[in-house]
Amino acid sequence: MPDLTEAILELIRRTSTDLPPDIESRLRQAVEQETPGSAARGALETILQNVDLSRANATPICQDTGTPIFYVYYPEGWSTRKLRTEIEMAVEQATKQAFLRPNSVDSLTGKNSGNNLGGDYFPTIHFLETDGIALTIELMLKGGGCENVGAQYSLPNDALGAGRDLAGVRKVVLDAVQKAQGQGCAPGILGVAIGGDRGSSYYASKEVLFRSMDETNPDPQLAALEDRLTEESNQLGIGPMGFGGKTTALGTKITSLNRLPASYFVTISYMCWAYRRRKMVWQNDQVTYS
Amino acid sequence: MQTIQLPMSESVVRSLKVGDPVALNGVMVTGRDTVHKWLIDTFIKQTRAPQGDDLEVYEAIKPLLKNSAIYHCGPVVGGLDTKAYYFVAAGPTTSIREEPYQGSVMRHFTLRGVIGKGGMGSKTLATCQEIGGVYLHAIGGAASLIAQTVTQVLGVYKLDFGVPEAMWVIEVKDFPAVVTMDAHGGSLHAQIEAQSRKVLDDLLSKA
Repeated sequence: MPDLTEAILELIRRTSTDLPPDIESRLRQAVEQETPGSAARGALETILQNVDLSRANATPICQDTGTPIFYVYYPEGWSTRKLRTEIEMAVEQATKQAFLRPNSVDSLTGKNSGNNLGGDYFPTIHFLETDGIALTIELMLKGGGCENVGAQYSLPNDALGAGRDLAGVRKVVLDAVQKAQGQGCAPGILGVAIGGDRGSSYYASKEVLFRSMDETNPDPQLAALEDRLTEESNQLGIGPMGFGGKTTALGTKITSLNRLPASYFVTISYMCWAYRRRKMVWQNDQVTYS
Repeated sequence: MQTIQLPMSESVVRSLKVGDPVALNGVMVTGRDTVHKWLIDTFIKQTRAPQGDDLEVYEAIKPLLKNSAIYHCGPVVGGLDTKAYYFVAAGPTTSIREEPYQGSVMRHFTLRGVIGKGGMGSKTLATCQEIGGVYLHAIGGAASLIAQTVTQVLGVYKLDFGVPEAMWVIEVKDFPAVVTMDAHGGSLHAQIEAQSRKVLDDLLSKA
């Protein structure tokens, strides 16, 4: 089994410093929507300058390099214990090289571990065995500001008039976007999970954010709801950074999970505009990044 | 774009209005969650006795904060091994978490400026009116760009809080921000919240 530490370090560097093209292109479209001279347009222009600068200098797009969330799809025969160790070594190295901020804090003592490691849950690593011979690692860096405005609703929600159907889902998602204001670093991207239990619903609401912005939801009902939620979020007028303006959401991604008869959860993971996610594929001793 | 030199006088602060873009020059100090709680517990409410270098740090930051600004920021810092520190990435963090503490901290230290993102609430806004203070919104996530305006790291206090939570004393040149809460009771955040609430109510009434 080859040692992937260096390849994973490069995945982290790219994720932290090089915004994916599908997000950047949405931001470039958004800037044209905002009125020249407005605070909203100024914010987006600054954001885009920062995207260019971070890429050119290989410095973090955002100082909050967030929780590193890894999804590892490995072919039969790989050792997940070794892969975990290599990911941890790469994370530690990336922290030394200032691609990641030391972000792992002991909740009881308040002590920062200094190397982004700490317990079985930091960084977050999911392992899934897959067919074929390629090993794929996806990484998302999700900052605390946007994580804090995520929300979970249990339907029905009488105050919002939200029942157990897609019309109810729409209402609670809009409520979450309005409550978030600019605090999750709008314009945001909404990852929505319908169903599951509380835990699986939160996981799925993040997993769905690995989908490309340009991908259409295979379920036509959900595809329509995604478009409507993006459009109606933008009607709220919160705008970039909460300065007011036309761009509050860059997109919406929805997935659904089976649920218990008694439960109907809707979970919203809000992703900031600095939507850092990258992928590496290891095959025949060659690595490719996207 | 108005250039503001830190420290700043009360009259300069009171001349600023919501919507004004500013470029900040001078010395400011970073401070976020741990710092605010520590200041309140140890020196303002005094529910916790000073420990270690607490009193020494308190005396050192008093003149730095007076008439100056605190920056809600947990930076990525280079040079940690050699102590030749430099800022690599340094955008603002979400300010609302400091809402329970900010007004008291502003009053205690005569802090004129609070820099962060997302805005703050009514307690902080009232303190801005009372003492002559202003909330300056930096662009969230624009971390590489803002780090370039940090010309020098002059020092650090409470590094044992961890790199993001320490108090970094920095000199900035043309640090970009927008006034979103002023000393006259104006708050862009309150305004946007109210407007978006109305739109939401309309949207919720539709199927």
